[in-house]
Amino acid sequence: MDEAIQVDPLMDLGGHIAGSLGSAVLAQDVAYGELTLTVERDSIVKVATFLRDDSRCRFISMVDVCGVDYPERDERFEVVYHFMSPHLNQRIRVKLSADDMHPVPSITSVFRGADWFEREAYDLYGVLFSGHPDLRRILTDYGFDGHPLRKDFPTTGFVEVRYDEERKRVVYEPVKLMQEFRSFDYLSPWEGTDYVLPGDEKAKQ
Amino acid sequence: MSMSEAEVRTFTINFGPVHPSAHGVLRLILELDGEIVERVDPHIGLLHRGTEKLIETKTYLQAVPYFDRLDYVAPMNQEHAFALAVEKLLELEVPRRGQLIRVLYSEIGRLLAHLMNVTTQAMDVGALTPPLWGFEQREKLMVFYERASGSRMHAAYIRPGGVHQDLPQDLIDDIATFCETFPKALADIDSLLTNNRIFKQRNVDIGVVGLDDAWNWGFSGVMVRGSGAAWDLRKSQPYECYAEMDFDIPIGKNGDCYDRYLIRMEEMRQSTKIMKQCIEKLNAPEGRGPVSSLDGKVVPPSRGDMKRSMEALIHHFKLYTEGYKVPAGEVYAAVEAPKGEFGVYLVSDGTNKPYRCKIRAPGFAHLSAMDFLCRGHMLADVSAILGSLDIVFGEVDR
Repeated sequence: MDEAIQVDPLMDLGGHIAGSLGSAVLAQDVAYGELTLTVERDSIVKVATFLRDDSRCRFISMVDVCGVDYPERDERFEVVYHFMSPHLNQRIRVKLSADDMHPVPSITSVFRGADWFEREAYDLYGVLFSGHPDLRRILTDYGFDGHPLRKDFPTTGFVEVRYDEERKRVVYEPVKLMQEFRSFDYLSPWEGTDYVLPGDEKAKQ
Repeated sequence: MSMSEAEVRTFTINFGPVHPSAHGVLRLILELDGEIVERVDPHIGLLHRGTEKLIETKTYLQAVPYFDRLDYVAPMNQEHAFALAVEKLLELEVPRRGQLIRVLYSEIGRLLAHLMNVTTQAMDVGALTPPLWGFEQREKLMVFYERASGSRMHAAYIRPGGVHQDLPQDLIDDIATFCETFPKALADIDSLLTNNRIFKQRNVDIGVVGLDDAWNWGFSGVMVRGSGAAWDLRKSQPYECYAEMDFDIPIGKNGDCYDRYLIRMEEMRQSTKIMKQCIEKLNAPEGRGPVSSLDGKVVPPSRGDMKRSMEALIHHFKLYTEGYKVPAGEVYAAVEAPKGEFGVYLVSDGTNKPYRCKIRAPGFAHLSAMDFLCRGHMLADVSAILGSLDIVFGEVDR
């Protein structure tokens, strides 16, 4: 007997999902034992509903929704969903790309638990979700301006708060750093860099 | 008085952010009709420290201590999830003794968290003695943390590759003694609460969650087990050496606050059982050996090696300045933390710093269902439900 061709169950599952959803699934990939699907932005509700209801999937547990920022891309954000199927004992990651102009359909109608996770992605990255019942900021301060987890948002922020003893209230002021923000370049190789390090332009060639 | 004015009976009250049963800095806007809760709007973020942003600016090793500050009731369980994620990307194997120590301290963390939760929940519904008794035991466990890592809470002990240092034998012996005496202390707390009439009146049939709702809301851990799912990542997706441990998963029938209390009590007994097995295995000849990976490119050398080996000295210097580089890729690693599934979604771009580190905190999903859980309950039930969700703001606000 020939050896049975070993089919990776994750690839098999990915094939089943991609086959059933057709053009909604743009890519599938298995890495580090995890299945990742890249889907079309506008079809995410359809994809989430299928993953939850299909008898071979039953990803009934909503684990996580989060944003990732890649400023160099045309559509700079990725929205990453994690679902879990207790029946298959399997996890799945679904990704789609987004920008700060075009909203991503909200999956709160499919998974009610996605509510706060989408609010968080909106708060920290500025990804918009259409059909979300209550898209407000969640983690940042009341009246906060900007989206702090974007790569172009400085780690030190723009405003700082303190209690003013004279005015008897909390005041907001521009950030004053007592010491320069330390950002070391550990990645430059010993052979030298392909860019000019600050100060090097003064050296005689 | 016009009709419409007479009909409007709801009024809004502000609960927290400094309220003893808000479990930290939760602010709830409650809309009440008399004493009936009509709507709950939790305002979170008062303890937001930008942990995920900070992690993006630090090396992988420097990111570890941030995880202690998430769920600060059981710090090592969080470090564990991060370590698993980094090890998955590095494809690094942890030696057996390191795995046993991780499991041992994860279970100590579970005791710490459940003792805190069970007894403060009792305090939320009016009992003052349980926290005093529970905290006496927590104190002993925190001394075990201190003896292993040098710190009672912010341990930074479970690091990618293994654990920071080996345990001294007398510490292992003392933990073994604790495992003998703890069931008695737990039975004392049990005798105060489990059949207590007031405690039952405040918890039975309060905050009932059906299993389908629990999954749909993203619940995990005790919150799904209370609703009847025999689901525990230690059993279903075992990591480290949980597969060889002998323990049971308690599940609830009714999905109410009382069932969740009972599950936490039983999980503490099961954790003690796991700890005993860990100690036995640590003392066996197979349990000896290194506590962290011997890959010098990731795990720093011992002090002794540094005095003798030039290579070890270079490794030490490189690891504590540049850190190690992690191959590009993305992984999700989760542990069964005391509060539920604590996950880390880690994206690496091949440099020495994480490109993105999303922390999936169980409490965040649980708290988001506050409105769903509290609607139609009495005002006094809000604190009982909040207590049984096991919320710690370090991890909710990050």
